[in-house]
Amino acid sequence: MTSPGDSGGRETWPLWEVFIRSSRGLSHVHAGSLHAPDETMAVRNARDLYTRRAEGVSIWVVRASDITSSDPDAKGEFFESPQGKEYRHATYYTESESVPHL
Amino acid sequence: MNHSNHVVSSAITAESIADSSVVAPETVAQYALGLGDDALVLAHRLGEWIANAPELEEDVAIGNIGLDLLGHARSLLTYAGTAWDRSEDDLAYFRDEPEFRSRQLFEQPNGDFAVTIARQLIASVYFAELYRALAASDDPTLAAIAAKAVKEVDYHVDHSLQWLRRLGLGTELSHERMQRGLDIMWPFADELFQPDPFAAELEGIAVDSTRLREAFDALVPRLIVDAGLEVPTGAPAQGGGRLGRHSEALGPMLAEMQVLARAHPGAIW
Repeated sequence: MTSPGDSGGRETWPLWEVFIRSSRGLSHVHAGSLHAPDETMAVRNARDLYTRRAEGVSIWVVRASDITSSDPDAKGEFFESPQGKEYRHATYYTESESVPHL
Repeated sequence: MNHSNHVVSSAITAESIADSSVVAPETVAQYALGLGDDALVLAHRLGEWIANAPELEEDVAIGNIGLDLLGHARSLLTYAGTAWDRSEDDLAYFRDEPEFRSRQLFEQPNGDFAVTIARQLIASVYFAELYRALAASDDPTLAAIAAKAVKEVDYHVDHSLQWLRRLGLGTELSHERMQRGLDIMWPFADELFQPDPFAAELEGIAVDSTRLREAFDALVPRLIVDAGLEVPTGAPAQGGGRLGRHSEALGPMLAEMQVLARAHPGAIW
C-alpha cells in the first residue's frame, strides 16, 4: 500500500505539511500538504496555496517524513487509558467551603 | 464584487474606477493603455501554463502571478477606457494586433519553464521599478494602481529569483536550459527602457522608463552571475511594441484570447 505523496519513485519533490497561523495569539494549525523541492519553495508554495484569501500571518512547513506520528492501528490502547480516571478532570472534584475565591 | 473583507475592498480595483466619475486625459489614457497591454499580454501568456506547469504547485504559483497582472491590466485598461467611453473588455477583446501597445517581451512564447522564468525575471524587476516610481505619480488613479501593484510584483521578483537560482545552480540540464532561456529573452529587455511615446508630455505623471535602466542593470546581471549563469550579450531586438509593431507571436495569442468574446459579443459567464 502506498502512503499519501508516494508516487512509486516518479515523484522527486518531497511532501511537506503546512501549518498556518491565522492571527497573532493563535496557534499554527495544520492547513494541508504540498510538494516542493526544498523548504524555501515549500513556504512560497504554501503562501500561494493556502493564504490567498488573507488566511494567515505566519507559515510553518515541515517535511512530512520528519513527522513521527502515533500508530493509527494502536489507538485503542494508546488513547483509551483515561477511561475510569475521572480524577484527571477538574470537574471530578467538589468545591471546598473553606477555600474562598475558587 | 461585494467582498466584505475590507483588506480586499479598500484597494483600487477596475470596478471602483469604472464606478467613479474619473476621466483620464487623452495622453494619460494612451500611456495607461501601453502599461495595461503589457500586463494583459503577459497575464495571458502565464495563463497558458495552467495545467501545463511542471508541478501542480507551480500551476498555482504561475497562475497567481498571472492573475495579479490581470488585475493591473484591468485597472489600467478601465482607466484608459474612461477617455474614450470604452470598457476594459472593449479594449482587451475588440482591438486588433497593430492596436496593441505592449512591448515585445511580454508576447514572447512561454517556451520551456526556464524560458518563462527568464521572461518573468526581466518583466518582474522592470515592473517593480516602474510601479515603485509610478506610485509617486501626480495622477492619483495611476498612483493608486501602482501602489497596489508594487507589493504584488515584489513577490513575483522573488518567485523568479528562487527559480533562477535553482535552475542555474541545479543540474547540468537545468543550468543549460536556464542559460538558454536568458539568451532567448535578454534581447527583449532593452525595449523596456526605451522612451514611452507619451511620457515626454506627461512629466510628473508618467515614469521616464529610460531612468529605470540603472536599477535594472545594477540588479539583474548580478542575480544571473550569482546563479552561476552568464549575462547574455545578444544584440537588442528591434522593439516598437508601443507603436504597434509586434513579433509574430502576438497575433496567434490574441486570436486565442479574443475568439470567445468575439464569437459571443456581450456574453457574460
